[in-house]
Amino acid sequence: MPNVPPEPERTIAYRDAVREALRCALKADPRVFLMGEDVGRYGGSYAVSKGLLEEFGPERIRDTPLSESAFVGAGIGAALGGMRPIVEIMTVNFSLLALDQIVNNAATLSHMSGGQLNVPLVIRLATGAGRQLAAQHSHSLEGWYAHIPGLRIAVPATLEDARFMLEAALACPDPVLLFEHLYLYNLEGALAPGVRQVDLDHAAVRRPGRDVTLITYGWSLYKCLEAAETLAGDGIEAEVIDLRTLRPLDEATFIASVRRTRRAVVVDEGWRSGSLSAEIISRISEQAFYDLDAPPARVCTAEVPVPYAKHLEEAALPSAARIVTAVRALLARGGSG
Amino acid sequence: MDTEFVLPSLGADMEGATLTQWLKQPGDRVRRGEPLATVETTKGLIDIESYDDGQMLEHLVPPGTHVPVGRPLARLDVDPGAHAAPAPPGAPGIAPGALPPAPAASAPVAPAPGEGRSSRTRMSPAARRRAHELGVPLESLEHAAAGGIVHIAEVEKLAARAPAGDARTAMRATIGATMARSKREIPHYYLGHRVDFTPAREWVSRYNAERTVKDQLLEGVLIVKAVALAAARLEGFNGTFQDGQFHPSAAVHLGTAIAIRGGGLVAPALLDAHQKDLPTLMREFSALVARVRAGHLRSGEFSAATLTLTSLGTEGVDILYPIINPPQVAIVGAGEVRDHPWVENGQLTVRAVLTLTLAADHRVTDGRSGARFLRAVADLLAHPQSL
Repeated sequence: MPNVPPEPERTIAYRDAVREALRCALKADPRVFLMGEDVGRYGGSYAVSKGLLEEFGPERIRDTPLSESAFVGAGIGAALGGMRPIVEIMTVNFSLLALDQIVNNAATLSHMSGGQLNVPLVIRLATGAGRQLAAQHSHSLEGWYAHIPGLRIAVPATLEDARFMLEAALACPDPVLLFEHLYLYNLEGALAPGVRQVDLDHAAVRRPGRDVTLITYGWSLYKCLEAAETLAGDGIEAEVIDLRTLRPLDEATFIASVRRTRRAVVVDEGWRSGSLSAEIISRISEQAFYDLDAPPARVCTAEVPVPYAKHLEEAALPSAARIVTAVRALLARGGSG
Repeated sequence: MDTEFVLPSLGADMEGATLTQWLKQPGDRVRRGEPLATVETTKGLIDIESYDDGQMLEHLVPPGTHVPVGRPLARLDVDPGAHAAPAPPGAPGIAPGALPPAPAASAPVAPAPGEGRSSRTRMSPAARRRAHELGVPLESLEHAAAGGIVHIAEVEKLAARAPAGDARTAMRATIGATMARSKREIPHYYLGHRVDFTPAREWVSRYNAERTVKDQLLEGVLIVKAVALAAARLEGFNGTFQDGQFHPSAAVHLGTAIAIRGGGLVAPALLDAHQKDLPTLMREFSALVARVRAGHLRSGEFSAATLTLTSLGTEGVDILYPIINPPQVAIVGAGEVRDHPWVENGQLTVRAVLTLTLAADHRVTDGRSGARFLRAVADLLAHPQSL
């Protein structure tokens, strides 16, 4: 874009990047509105929508009753009626109360109407553990939603994605679920100045490497990058892939990477049984079997409801140390290269 | 009797081999003819066999070692009489074969407990493909696995150790060296003879009509038998030329040139081909081809050939002019059996015709005996029922 002067690099928190995305969307399109529990007067459970009520008024920043089914259903209706609703669900655990609306209505209507009725709905959900919020507020269920055709599942892990994924989601004619990891809201850093928009189609190689591919998304991205740094000290170059979109999966990117490195570790804060990590490994086995020099491995959350106690919660979740251990185990016998 | 088992010469040009695997562990009973170890030569992997009955006492060379011909590989306790093995002192009443293998002694090649049930080498898919690309035989990777798993790194290490790049290049170099030596040293003469193969063809087709596929014969087996019989009857074609003189062989171990998938050629022997009936030869030939394709020959059949038969019948050529495989003194070539005009008793007919060629060593025979040899083969093929 040659006519736009380059922005200076600026430091921003993830939470503020999301708010900025909301504000831009609300300004840019009068059909856009935000609704959910405590998004207005309280400013959002994670203070994402703080100040928006004052700026845009109660018509466009709507506090809802504590009924996920009702307000997600209302969002679907609004989307069918030509609006561009952004529905916030406080945590993915609560979205289960709206499963019927999301899975039976939002995901299906376009197909059941032969393409006559699109549901351009965006649902933002906090997901994940790490803040001692216990089992009913800490789960990572995005892998479940990635099972459902008709939905698009995106996970902004970086500041740029937090800032620009919403716009891409609003431009999508079908329902999009944006999973914001609650641990990332406090993440601060420099927003890359050149980025003005992002897509919802491609995974991103966040760190190139030749010895092993770490496939991940969300908060686990940072654990993988930390693990890669540690491994680099041993001469092991890990490639880190941020999936960004869980449905559809950008398998071309991770398959190409695994073909090069011949080893894969999937790092997923979800549980491993019947999971997204299982799906990724299936696709690797189907498409890159003859390139593998070691069985694909996984680092996932322990198969327990996420514990409240800090040390137990830490023990249950993927960590950089566990990722390092998994990679070393893969490379122990084959040597690198 | 305590004896040393030395690396035998498996070919005139063989100077050494790399021991890839021990097939008998210390304490194991060993029978004459049983493979003791696998070695890798430029011609591929070969199982080397014991000359005696006895017991493996000790390995003198670990897998992975390159060994010159004649170097002791192991110590054997050879039985004094034939098959009358007394119980070794200290283990009264227990046959040596019944002793459990000593795990400590065989540790370097013993698979880890629980992993070793399958004899298959465990390799990563990428390593398997790389081995195929580099022409590294899977069997040679068994010791690299050492009870664990073979990864790409081990394959590439092994391929890098191969003397002339990959195995195919090495084999090509060996064939080249042997043939150049043959052309240089052996004064070849060549004869060709057209043979009416119709009786043989008809006989095989009648024979096969009464049998299931697994018992059927290939026409080539009749040629094998006819050549072997002719070689047994006529002197000067079956044997070796060494140290300035011809050493005839009483038994005909007929080398059969077999192409190796992906390039290369070996000519392992059908032992005592002149004495075996056609079904036996057919069975042995099939097994030989399978072992060649699997890259796993036995030392006996590898080095024992006293005469070679080479056929390009399936490649659709009529005549070939083969080069003698030293130290042998003759080689017979067989082209494709094809319908040709044929004059018999002044009548023009169509017959199935096979062109046989003979390349023979002029130091041993001359064209006259060569002609008799080819005529003898033709006569034998004219009466297939007597083969």
